[in-house]
Amino acid sequence: MATSNSSVFLLTVNGQIEGANFPEYDNLYCKYCFVYGHDWAPTTGLEEGITQITCKNSQSSQKLIWNFPLETTFKSTNPSGWPQLVVTVYGPDVFGNDVVRGYGATHVPFTPGQHTRTIPMFVPEPTWRLQKFTGWLLGRRPEYTDPKVVAQGEGREVTRVRSQGFVTVSFHIMTKDMKKMGYDTGPTGPANMPSVTSGWSTEEQQNM
Amino acid sequence: MASPSDIREKLRKKRRALQETLVKNKNEDDVQALVPSTKLSGEKRQTTMKEPEGSEEDPGETLKRTIRAQRQRRKKRLLEQTLVQESRDDDVEEISTIQHDGAEEESAEKAHESVVSSRSPAGSQKGLFSRTQHTPSSQSQSQSLDDFVKRRLEERLRAARSKSESLQQPEASFEPASRLQSLRDRDTVTRFDREVDPDRSGRQDPPSALSARVKFREAARRVGKGLPTAEEAYNFFTFNFEPDPPDESETTSSKRQKQRKTAKDDRDEDEGDEAEEQEDAEADEDNQEENENQSEEAPLVQNAEEDLFALDQSPQDFLEVRKAEYIGYRNLIQRESDLLFTPSFRTVPTSIKLPENMKPRYLEDEGLYVGERPSVSLTNENILENRILKMEEGKKWFGDDGRIMALPDPIKESSTRPPLFHMEEDLDPALQTVYRKALKSKYANLYIAGAADPEGDYQLDVDVSGLIFSHHPLFSREHVLAARLAQLYDQYLTRQHNNLTGHLTDKLNGLRSALRNMLEIHGGQSLTQAMQQRFSEYSLEIRNTRQLRDSEQEKDRTLLKNIVKMWKEIKALREFQKFTNTPYKLYLRRENVDRASDEREHEDEILAEVLELEAESEEDYHKKLAEYNKQLEEWKLWRRKQKSKKKKRKKKKKGQAQEDTEEEDQEASESEGPVEEGPPKPEPPERPDFDSIEQQVREKASRIRRKPGEAILIPELSASGNITASELCPRAETARREDVARRSLFIKILYNDKEVSRTDSRSLNTDFRVHFGQIFNLKIVNCPQSIHLQVFEEIGSSCSLLARVFVPVPEPSVVTGNVPVEEFEFSSNQRVMFDHEGVGSDVPLSFEADGGNKQTLLTSGKLSCCVSWGIGDDDVPLAPPVSQQPGGIHSGLGRLDAVTYIGASGLYDMKKIGEWATQSRLDPNDPKNASIMQLLKVASSGEVTAPEYFRLEHLQEEFNFVTDEELERSRRFRLLRLRNQEVAEFRNYKCVPALEREVTDKVFQEYERRLKEGEIIDTKEHLDSHRALVAKYLQKIRESVINRFLLAKHHYVLSDLVIEEEIPSIGILGLNLFKLAEPKRPLKPQRKERKKVTAQNLSDGDIKLLVNIIRAFDIPIRRPQSNKPGQSSQSAIQGSDWFLSQVQVRPFVEVSFQRTVLQTTTADGPNPCWNEELQLPFSAPNGDYSTASLQSVKDEVFINIFDEVVHETGVNDKDRGKSIHTHVEKHWLGSVKIPFSTIYSQSRIDGTFKVNTPAVLLGYSKERSHGANGGYDIMRSLSEGTFVTLFITMEPQLVPGESIREKFDSQEDEHLLQASERFEREAAQGYPDRPCLTTVIDLNGKTVFITRFIRPLNPPQEFLDAFPNNPQEATALVARFVSLIPSLPDRVSFSGACDLWSTCDQFLTLLAGDEEEHAVLLCNYFLSMGKRAWLIIGTAIPEGPTAYVLTSEQSRYLIWNPSSGQYYGQYDTFCPLLTVGCLVNADNVWLNIQEYTSPMRLNFDITKANLWKPFFSRSFSHPGLSSVQPEELVYRRTDKAAAAELQDRIEKILKEKIMEWRPRHPTRWNRYCTTTLKQFLPKLEMSGGQDVTEGHRHELQSLLGDNRISGFPLHLPFSEIRPIIEAVYSTGVHSVQASNVEFALAVYVHPYPNNVLSVWVYLASLVRT
Repeated sequence: MATSNSSVFLLTVNGQIEGANFPEYDNLYCKYCFVYGHDWAPTTGLEEGITQITCKNSQSSQKLIWNFPLETTFKSTNPSGWPQLVVTVYGPDVFGNDVVRGYGATHVPFTPGQHTRTIPMFVPEPTWRLQKFTGWLLGRRPEYTDPKVVAQGEGREVTRVRSQGFVTVSFHIMTKDMKKMGYDTGPTGPANMPSVTSGWSTEEQQNM
Repeated sequence: MASPSDIREKLRKKRRALQETLVKNKNEDDVQALVPSTKLSGEKRQTTMKEPEGSEEDPGETLKRTIRAQRQRRKKRLLEQTLVQESRDDDVEEISTIQHDGAEEESAEKAHESVVSSRSPAGSQKGLFSRTQHTPSSQSQSQSLDDFVKRRLEERLRAARSKSESLQQPEASFEPASRLQSLRDRDTVTRFDREVDPDRSGRQDPPSALSARVKFREAARRVGKGLPTAEEAYNFFTFNFEPDPPDESETTSSKRQKQRKTAKDDRDEDEGDEAEEQEDAEADEDNQEENENQSEEAPLVQNAEEDLFALDQSPQDFLEVRKAEYIGYRNLIQRESDLLFTPSFRTVPTSIKLPENMKPRYLEDEGLYVGERPSVSLTNENILENRILKMEEGKKWFGDDGRIMALPDPIKESSTRPPLFHMEEDLDPALQTVYRKALKSKYANLYIAGAADPEGDYQLDVDVSGLIFSHHPLFSREHVLAARLAQLYDQYLTRQHNNLTGHLTDKLNGLRSALRNMLEIHGGQSLTQAMQQRFSEYSLEIRNTRQLRDSEQEKDRTLLKNIVKMWKEIKALREFQKFTNTPYKLYLRRENVDRASDEREHEDEILAEVLELEAESEEDYHKKLAEYNKQLEEWKLWRRKQKSKKKKRKKKKKGQAQEDTEEEDQEASESEGPVEEGPPKPEPPERPDFDSIEQQVREKASRIRRKPGEAILIPELSASGNITASELCPRAETARREDVARRSLFIKILYNDKEVSRTDSRSLNTDFRVHFGQIFNLKIVNCPQSIHLQVFEEIGSSCSLLARVFVPVPEPSVVTGNVPVEEFEFSSNQRVMFDHEGVGSDVPLSFEADGGNKQTLLTSGKLSCCVSWGIGDDDVPLAPPVSQQPGGIHSGLGRLDAVTYIGASGLYDMKKIGEWATQSRLDPNDPKNASIMQLLKVASSGEVTAPEYFRLEHLQEEFNFVTDEELERSRRFRLLRLRNQEVAEFRNYKCVPALEREVTDKVFQEYERRLKEGEIIDTKEHLDSHRALVAKYLQKIRESVINRFLLAKHHYVLSDLVIEEEIPSIGILGLNLFKLAEPKRPLKPQRKERKKVTAQNLSDGDIKLLVNIIRAFDIPIRRPQSNKPGQSSQSAIQGSDWFLSQVQVRPFVEVSFQRTVLQTTTADGPNPCWNEELQLPFSAPNGDYSTASLQSVKDEVFINIFDEVVHETGVNDKDRGKSIHTHVEKHWLGSVKIPFSTIYSQSRIDGTFKVNTPAVLLGYSKERSHGANGGYDIMRSLSEGTFVTLFITMEPQLVPGESIREKFDSQEDEHLLQASERFEREAAQGYPDRPCLTTVIDLNGKTVFITRFIRPLNPPQEFLDAFPNNPQEATALVARFVSLIPSLPDRVSFSGACDLWSTCDQFLTLLAGDEEEHAVLLCNYFLSMGKRAWLIIGTAIPEGPTAYVLTSEQSRYLIWNPSSGQYYGQYDTFCPLLTVGCLVNADNVWLNIQEYTSPMRLNFDITKANLWKPFFSRSFSHPGLSSVQPEELVYRRTDKAAAAELQDRIEKILKEKIMEWRPRHPTRWNRYCTTTLKQFLPKLEMSGGQDVTEGHRHELQSLLGDNRISGFPLHLPFSEIRPIIEAVYSTGVHSVQASNVEFALAVYVHPYPNNVLSVWVYLASLVRT
């Protein structure tokens, strides 16, 4: 709706879905998509994608590596509805059914520069034990109606989830004209540069 | 090349090998042991061999050897064989020793130090190096020392001679001992020598040897000359006969040497080596000594020939080879013991160590702390002690306790260094080293903190613009005066600018008027204390101001006078000196004034002043008078006291009458005394002399003020005068000017007392101004402490400091660009005198002719410069923060500065400001105070009041995002807020512009219009005012409902978010298992349920509407075209054979949706089968694919059946047979329309639908099947019409919106509600596909039990009256009436939020409703008509869940479709009702619990409990619910005129539309046909659309003759104009392309009661054939 000559600022997101840490599962792949508000519009790049299936290294590292590049540019008139990256990890269960292994979301960092985010992942829990069993048996775990649910706060109170590993994403952020429009997100001190994930998540990483 | 280590290794090996050989050859010859040294010196030998001296020495040496050999031969024959070899060996040895001398000392020393057996080979190598180095030096030195040594040797020679002379007699017996002795002596001496001065011996010895040889040669030469002295000759001969004991001793000693050497064993081979060499050297020395002794012999043996021969021969020729001398072991030991000192191992007695007669003192015993001594083995200690004792002052090394003094053991018991583990893997992560980039250290405290950023340095801009001297030594007198004049003028200008006088005058006037006002107001009345106070204050103020004003005026006056005076002086001076030096000229501008008014003003002023002064003096007088009176009173009192005292005294002294006179005197004296002591009698104050006051005032005025009427003088100083050229000036002046020209000035800038920059030097101008105009940008790091500029004057090459100017450090707010250039005055007290015209500095100077009134002028001037903080690229001042500024000294203005007086926080307190304002007596006229005065005035009219309220966050406003007004005003914020509120227009607004100006007003237009339209009804769009009202009302209800449900929509349940496998029951499991056995590809596949997609992430083009058109039945067939009207009647008769030959119909289906039109292929016959799928794109309004938006889509899918007619047109005669021009026409046969909302909510529509065919279809007839299939015919006869089988769905399948689960409040009994809930739940469980409804929501949003809606209600009376004796007709009419009420699904109106039921009166008012409303109304009508009627809750196509009406008529049940008015028999196959869920009437609700749901298979006998489950049973009886319906319906008669008007308008609009749809073709209207059609329409209405009259067609055909006509009437209930237009459009009549086509359009609106309108549109196209 906005006219073509209206002033916008641009946000370029480069980066990659580096990998994941799912101690129990293997052969996983990842889907991602961006969720953003009304005032945002992607100009170039893919808004969603799906990675290859990756297996764990048999010997040392238990990390799953995708190194799946992200490259998208958004334009926007309003920082409200800042884009979020929603990642969903899928993988086969015992019977070979593709089931969801985790949902997670993170905001695309505000500050220009390099950022690494470790996204804690979770899956919805079945309401009943029996359902858990049958779900396991039939290979149909509870799933969100829309993965984008994890990027919003509404209606989450009715769900129960279980945490399920981590996905590491690195971002390289560039912005244009934000300052011109009065939004100063200049890089903060180097103290804030490393991942903003909470302590326990990094600990978890080390313990793997 | 081998590395040093390699060499070292090699050497070590060699040495080891050598050692072994040494051990082996202990008793063997010496030669082998000497190998290393020879080898080592091999190289050097070569070099030394080349030396002339080296080669020269050899003859002498060999000579000596031969002599010795001769002697030995003479002595011992035994050694003869080895003699040659030995001599040679000896020679080699000798050379090496000579060369190595220096190194030997070193190594010898080392040998001393290191007693350790394994000496590092490096040492030896070093020795080697040093040897090589020493060689040349020693040789060069040797030559320089030659003379000296020669002399010495001569002396020694002389001594030796005398010695030999003296020893001639004792001879052999004495010789050995002395020889030995001397050897030993010398040995010690050399050693000592070496230790003390290693160089001396090194330098001395080899030259001595050399010089000896030289000497020898000289001697030989001398011999050659053949002039020996008698003495020499004598000596020679005597020496010749000398016996040889020294030789003997020599051999023995060498033997001993060898022995000693071998004894030295394996201890230190190197040392041995060295020692050996040393020994050899000694031996050599001996030899030399011998040589010396024997030097006299030499010439005897040698001759000139030999000398020559010696020069020619190589050294080898003269080498004598000799066997190594053996020295016995004992001898060796003995010799060593002489040389070496071996300290004893034994403990040294304490007594020796201590000074004599001293007892050892143990500090430890005395209680003093003695550290632990480092542990040294006792033996070592003993050895050390013994050694030390042998040394000089050895005892000082011992402490009081007799032990060697020692520091405490420095070694700590345990290690203090933290253990370091070099296991990188296990390193504690906390200790991991982290690389950090080196940072530039922050500056020290002195520096500005926070300037870490290298770019963030602060910048101070110093702008030095220029310099003006107010006095300079080179000033001429005229300059001095001119400078003064300029100064005065400047002063004048500043005063003029400040206009203090004017201000004060104004103030004075203001005060006066205020006082006057006060007096007038309170005129004469008794004044309060406060008022009086104020009066006095005012008058005081006035007096002060007046005085100030007067002084200012006086100053002005004098200044003006001075200026004039100064100018006169200059003029005089110029006259006198006959030249001009300065360009100044003063003009006095005269400004004439109006004499009269001026005088009046003057007079007034004086008068006022006089009055004031009078008043003042009056007051003063009164005060004084009061004072006086008071004092007088006191005095009088005192006086009285005195008197009374006196009287007392008098009484006392009454008796003493005789002393009366005395007393008198006494009294007088007494009275006089106390008077003097007590208060003096006050003088009465003088009455003020008003005349004198006036006199004074006038005097003063004439002094300080312009005389009245006198012109105002305005001086103007200009520098436009001419300066006399230098040639015309006297010599002194010329000299001065030259001097001036020579001078130049520059300025140094010192920052923190360090020179940072300096300006260019500029020459001094004649006007003593210097312009620099330079700006210096100082990048500073330190805090600015001081900035000062030094003014230097340059004369030629010498420069001198004139003055220094201190510039204050600017405030951080002072930045470049906003600071004016300031002038700083400077002066210098330098004394300068000139012999020319220059006045000099610090020199008394007089301008008077008599030389009086001397002045001393000092060099002074003004430097204009400014210092400010620089501005960075991004307009950031490069100034340090305020806190960094040293010393924020505030001037102690105190009460004048509000901030310092009441503090910054107090600025918000009005009271405090007010207090301050009164205390500091702010001048209200001062423009500087204007804002404060304003504030005070506003805040308080009269009295200052503090705010009554308490403000918690009085700074809150600063944190507000924007002010509220701005928030309201800003279009952008408004847009954002509206979107957030989910206002329909903005709910999905994309990209709200970032800037205010980019938001156009257009955005809000629609919204605002809607808001405005709340009251205004747009009749244009609705054509009918009533409709418009209704629409508005509906809109309102809709909005309120939507708003309610928008909130409810945000309530989520798990299934909204999570897809979860349902718990499978055993049955389902079994079914699933059974499914496994199913064939993979069944022959008749079932449509599978597809996965549903939520509508969130969809966009245009994602959704497609799939329409599968399968087949159609009973399509009308073409009527044979005939010109004769009568013929058509026979068509049915002859049809059978006609049909065989002629195409019956070629139908195709066209589906149009959202103006997309797709069509199937053309089929043949009245029962075609297409089985085609059409895909139509779907786009949601505004691109909003949310559920709510999709549900409110009002678009309909039109499925039109057309007949494709091919005409052969324009057959060209010429081309006959070759080509046929055909023209394809499509004729509309009928349509089915299905609302999108139905498709959306049903997700699929599958079934056979009755095609809505027009009542009259020109040119077509519904022909019964000609086949004589009776049974089939019977089936058909049950329902007439055309049917089409369709399957419609959406791809992808969208999840239909859920209805609200929210519980609505209700007035029903809780018991009932629970029961109904239970009933519904049971129904849903037992019969999931049967809709069951017990409670519904009414328009007020309340839950109402369904039976309350059923109540017999009267239909319009006219219907009943229309067919009084035909109830059947009346029923049909009623049904038709109901069906004419427009249908509007709740889903559409309320965004699918819920299904609202309105009562019949509401329904009739709204004239829009769902199937339920229609059904309820119809049911109620039927009930009132005495029928047994029920409401059927079930599902139908295409509506889905719906409500029908069931009536029972004469043992058969009829099912009424309330929306169409059609009725079906129970067994009608084409009944759209598919399932029957429950039946409702006013009393009860029955749930269908039969096996089947289809009405055909149902038994409608509700009394059977096993078939119908009642809600109210015996256990739960009907509580007697009252109806929500009104008692009676009141109908309004419809205005016929309004209907007619509407009819015209519709016709007009439709005609316009048709023309609009045909933009490229002319649209002609056949008026004749139109009128005909118009007449026909009411008949159609009357007949209810049934029974096409044949007559009509004939009539038409007869009318239109040979026109081919195709047309049909459309019938619609009226709601809005849009559906009518859509319907017309979908028929495609307008698309006839033929050029000669004409159209006919007729509209008829039939009014029914209560504004229910039936609209007929007759549309026809005529083509002339």
